[in-house]
Amino acid sequence: MKVTNNLGLHARAAAKIVELVKRHKAQLFLRKDDQEVDGSSILSILTLACPKGTEVEARAIGEDSEKLLKELELLFEGKFGEGQ
Amino acid sequence: MTAHESKEKKILQGIAVSPGIVIGKAHLVDRSRMKIFYHYLVDQKQVEKELARFREALKKTEEQLVGLKNRMPDHIKQHAFIIDSHLMILNDGMLTEATEENIVREKINAEWALSKSVNKIRRIFGEIDDEYIRNRLFDVENVTERILRNLAGEEQESLAEITNRVIIVAHELTPCDTTEMNVGKVMGFITDVGGRTSHTAIMAQALEIPAVVALEIATREIEDGDLLIVDGTSGEVVINPDDSDIIYYQEKHLRHERYKKSIAKTSHLPAETLDGHRVAVRANIEFLEEVAAVKDHGGEGIGLYRTEFLYLRSGGLPSEEELFEDYKEVAEIMSPDPVTIRTLDIGGDKFASDLSITKEMNPALGLRAIRFCLKEPEIFKQQLRAIIRASAHGNIQLMFPMISGVQEIQQAKGILEEVKQELDDKGIHYDPHLKVGIMIEIPSAVTMAEVLAQHVDFFSIGTNDLIQYALAIDRVNEHVAYMYQPFHPAILRMIRAVVKAGQSVGIPVALCGEMAGDPLCTGVLLGLGIQELSINPRSIPVIKKVIRLFSLKEARRDLNRVMKMTTAKEVRNYLRKVMAPKLAELGLEEHLHGSQGLSAQS
Repeated sequence: MKVTNNLGLHARAAAKIVELVKRHKAQLFLRKDDQEVDGSSILSILTLACPKGTEVEARAIGEDSEKLLKELELLFEGKFGEGQ
Repeated sequence: MTAHESKEKKILQGIAVSPGIVIGKAHLVDRSRMKIFYHYLVDQKQVEKELARFREALKKTEEQLVGLKNRMPDHIKQHAFIIDSHLMILNDGMLTEATEENIVREKINAEWALSKSVNKIRRIFGEIDDEYIRNRLFDVENVTERILRNLAGEEQESLAEITNRVIIVAHELTPCDTTEMNVGKVMGFITDVGGRTSHTAIMAQALEIPAVVALEIATREIEDGDLLIVDGTSGEVVINPDDSDIIYYQEKHLRHERYKKSIAKTSHLPAETLDGHRVAVRANIEFLEEVAAVKDHGGEGIGLYRTEFLYLRSGGLPSEEELFEDYKEVAEIMSPDPVTIRTLDIGGDKFASDLSITKEMNPALGLRAIRFCLKEPEIFKQQLRAIIRASAHGNIQLMFPMISGVQEIQQAKGILEEVKQELDDKGIHYDPHLKVGIMIEIPSAVTMAEVLAQHVDFFSIGTNDLIQYALAIDRVNEHVAYMYQPFHPAILRMIRAVVKAGQSVGIPVALCGEMAGDPLCTGVLLGLGIQELSINPRSIPVIKKVIRLFSLKEARRDLNRVMKMTTAKEVRNYLRKVMAPKLAELGLEEHLHGSQGLSAQS
């Protein structure tokens, strides 16, 4: 997935990912280069430091992981609601 | 006062952000980190107890944060996100699980375990090459401090319980602080850091109490209970003043109050010269909250709505809806008077996460304002949509900053047409006669003014930047700041050329720099034929009064003399001589030295 919103994975965008994970049973991991972090931790996501244009890999484990990934994709595509 | 005689008197100078004078006792908001002690836990039972104590502190912290959020007054609700992110940090594994692990594995007390996990976060964040993200550490430390206080069983520094009237002294004030605060008891604010757009400044202006920011060492020099004088007009703070200081400032305070009363009586009269020439006096504003001050001071609309604020606060870009609601509200309140919204005048460097934009050698000459917007059409379009949609709710005018030539107008208008087409397709209403104007602040735009005038509905001369670009003066550079001269004959000639260009095609010409708010300049600007002055809301009554003392004939005669002069010094001395009796009549002698103020404020 590509970060396309202008501000990158900032506090607001990271918070939206954490909220999404909380609504699901599955666990989410985000990877940039060789660093992988827990998707339920806002601080961990911030430490990935993903400005606009970064490629991020997502991996989910658990019963509703497919649904989680689909919604995550929508979140990325929708630029985290930062407007078009 | 005797108790203070032994204490040393000191004077600090900061940036004045909210006018008025107060004399009162200091209340220090202590944010210094608490001392943390190390305990070793001897057995499993103690570990269990320590875990329970830590969880209890977390629970308490969460309750406090939720309570804070619910109590936030409406006008700062937009900052509620800060508290949400604090709640999220509070529940973050990197902070809480790591701490619990430290307690269990290393058998150490909760405070020590917590500070260990914070240190680790600090180390990781410190390595990140992104200033915005590094700054989020401030949030982590804020949350940590709350947890530590709850662990200690200590009451939160309760600003709600201030019972005497005090002057708040802090390193920095956050929306959380001011929400907790019993603001009715606060006489004034002073802070170490901050600027004109900091939260402290906005709050103080909204509450109409004096404030001075950027004092750098206020929290170090001031002790709780010290007697302070805060002058929110000059930016001076006197610590432990002597009796003569107190008398001096009390008199100044009385003069200020008397003046405010006398001004209030006449501020709603029109700005009309003795021979019946009307000039529109409008306001420069930065936030929605300032609209009340514009109305109170007799502003006939908004001549310059700077729109950067919503983009600069923490937490990311504003949404189109947020922008729309903000613009709509300003337009509705000011209606039928016009509101001129200037599109984003910001440097690319402000969007900290976009690492592709490196630090610029010359930001004033770099990628900013319309240049930035044309390069980032999505950000630009979003703002244009919000402005155009809001135009259905009042008298909105659109203004592009930093225009250097026709091509930029064509490009910007091209994007504007695209946006209008989109709205048409969706059947969304807007004002089809929305006026589009430009800022004249680059010398090339002055030279091309006659051509530019054929492409737009109005001009607004931004003298602050125009002077800087025309005279090649960086006004922030102390070595050359003295050369920043509004009365330089070149500047007066440039303004005259722009007014003539406007008149040749019949479009109005406004002026929105600091010159517009300097009573010493008013006569010259009248003589030059400026039709609208846009100034700080608080200066509106003064400028209106000065205009009412002039006749257009007299202003033109003075101008003819001034235009023959060859140095800024000659012009200034002449205007001081002409203006002295007029300003004395208004009790405004201090403005005779207004040029000082012109170069001091940015």
